[in-house]
Amino acid sequence: MNELGSISPELLVASVMVASTPILLAGLGELVVEKAGVLNLGVEGLMIIGAVCGFAMSVITGSVLAGVLAALVGGALLGLVFAVLTQYLLSNQVATGLATTLFGLGLASLIGKPFIGVRPPEMPRLRVEFLSDLPFIGHVLFSHDPVLYLSLGMTLLIWYFLRHTKKGLILRAVGENHDAAHSIGYKVRQTRILAIMFGGAMAGLGGCYLSLVRVPQWTEGMTAGAGWIALALVVFSSWRPLRVLLGAWLFGGVTVLQLNLQAAGVGIGVAYLSVAPYVVTIIVLVLISANRSQRLLNAPACLGRSYYISS
Amino acid sequence: MRILKLIAASAVIALGAAGGTVSADEPLKVGFIYVGPTGDHGWNYQHDKGRKLVEETFGDAVEVSFVESVPEGPDSERVMTQMALSGHDLIFTTSFGYMDPTINVASKFPDVTFEHCTGYKRADNVATFNARFYEGRAVIGHIAGHVTESNVIGYIATFPIPEVVRGINSAYLAAKKVNPDVEFKVIWVYTWFDPPIEADAAKALIEQGADVIMQHVDSTAAMLVAEEHGVWAFGQASDMSEFGPNSHIASIVNNWAPYYVERVQAVMDGTWSNSDTWEGLSTNMVEISEITDRIPADVKASAQAVRDAIADGSLHPFTGPINRQDGTAWLAEGETASDGDLLGLSFYVEGIDEDFPQ
Repeated sequence: MNELGSISPELLVASVMVASTPILLAGLGELVVEKAGVLNLGVEGLMIIGAVCGFAMSVITGSVLAGVLAALVGGALLGLVFAVLTQYLLSNQVATGLATTLFGLGLASLIGKPFIGVRPPEMPRLRVEFLSDLPFIGHVLFSHDPVLYLSLGMTLLIWYFLRHTKKGLILRAVGENHDAAHSIGYKVRQTRILAIMFGGAMAGLGGCYLSLVRVPQWTEGMTAGAGWIALALVVFSSWRPLRVLLGAWLFGGVTVLQLNLQAAGVGIGVAYLSVAPYVVTIIVLVLISANRSQRLLNAPACLGRSYYISS
Repeated sequence: MRILKLIAASAVIALGAAGGTVSADEPLKVGFIYVGPTGDHGWNYQHDKGRKLVEETFGDAVEVSFVESVPEGPDSERVMTQMALSGHDLIFTTSFGYMDPTINVASKFPDVTFEHCTGYKRADNVATFNARFYEGRAVIGHIAGHVTESNVIGYIATFPIPEVVRGINSAYLAAKKVNPDVEFKVIWVYTWFDPPIEADAAKALIEQGADVIMQHVDSTAAMLVAEEHGVWAFGQASDMSEFGPNSHIASIVNNWAPYYVERVQAVMDGTWSNSDTWEGLSTNMVEISEITDRIPADVKASAQAVRDAIADGSLHPFTGPINRQDGTAWLAEGETASDGDLLGLSFYVEGIDEDFPQ
């Protein structure tokens, strides 16, 4: 196994963390949306809008922070479009989600035209005296950019919010049974719209991580399916934030690992490795559809169902 | 309602039939189908440049449309059918994976002319065209062999089809010729366009010691990663120099535009035939962009000499003795590879220390 000698574990782990950040952010956002009972298949479109808004704004202003904010706002606004269509006009969520993806991809290409071939300002990286120089730990834990740390913080925050706060409980109630939630006075529509906008902002943030850190460049269609992976991730994690983190590392890890294995000259099993996360997702989906008591797997009972006040 | 449908259907058939004989006042409808976005600054960008030249050259005599990011497979068949039904006279399908769909659709629309890029199946109304990219790869392989200090060259490959395998072999042979210690690390990404994966692949190669990056993928992501890490890189399909001000050595540029103009003209003149075109450096269908002055002058000069020798036919990138990876003989001393051999090339040459993907 000395072929593996050329793979540096610390660089590999650091690369995995970077590769998994976009899908982690988008996945967490979609998790909150789905917990509120809304299925938004527009993650891909939201991500690419974030990618282009973040890129464009940071190039125009020269500030990465402004770019990140623009990505959050851009994602939230496109999320709002989806929210108005599905919550007020009661359009079909699946169709509207797909339309959001198509619309996002097209709009992003349009916005991005003047920014093709431009270099963005660099995202600053953490550098702590002493800590960043530590072997292994220094590279893995103390050498990243702020968004990556934010994504880890958001994982905990969303877990805490859903699990231990009243607002989180209301959001889950809305997702589990919107009629019951409404009957005891909670605002179903408002909760869902806020959740969708939050999901949009998170997807936008994930998108701008692609265009500002991971590639870093604006290219049309650059999300190349990351939004769909984020969607799969939510199902894979059976709607639990900490498992989204694990899933993101698994998806990102498998991608980076198989590339590294190939570079190291280990060709066998690479195809199986890259297909593994999808296989697991399919198995989870099969389990969910086979198991009548969805509760066990945590899927929100009102997922994808439109809600309107009949009176 | 049924009558309306009948009328519509016969109108469509009439349109299709009219496609064969183009009258002077009707513009020729030309369609292009791309596998990725036209803004990739690579493969599709270059095809789209060709489309623009067709529009410029013929003006009102043509009506040009294109569809981008069409996945290979059944989707592409739908897009082609749609184009044929909407009265296109000439359709360029510009990715290897469009081969069978092109043949299928062409058999249903005998009066529509098709041009398929990089495939090998033809029909009465389907011509094929391709460029000898491997000639360009020999030039960049030559440079890579000279400039590498770690003696590790990273190669981002797409799918294990002869087209890509030729490129790897050609670049390796040229690099090996000038630097016997050179080693190739190949990553197969199984996609033509996925910037984040391309970037990750480049990163993995650099982290494992590669100081020169070559790519067969369509985006400029690898070039940017090379720039960030301060290693050399070569552009693919289009001039990518602006993406790597310090890293970019040269790009292999696919120059389809003159061919497109020629073929549109041929359809207009009624002289079109289902030919098979495979041109390279000699006719400038493949070009090497300006080689940077950041590499030693003698390397630049020798690279240009290699380029010129391939262009005038005095040097063939695949000249024996060459063995297959398993050590068996392929080309004898002085023997050059036939086009047939090259078109079906599905093995690494001796010296590439990688498993050939199955």
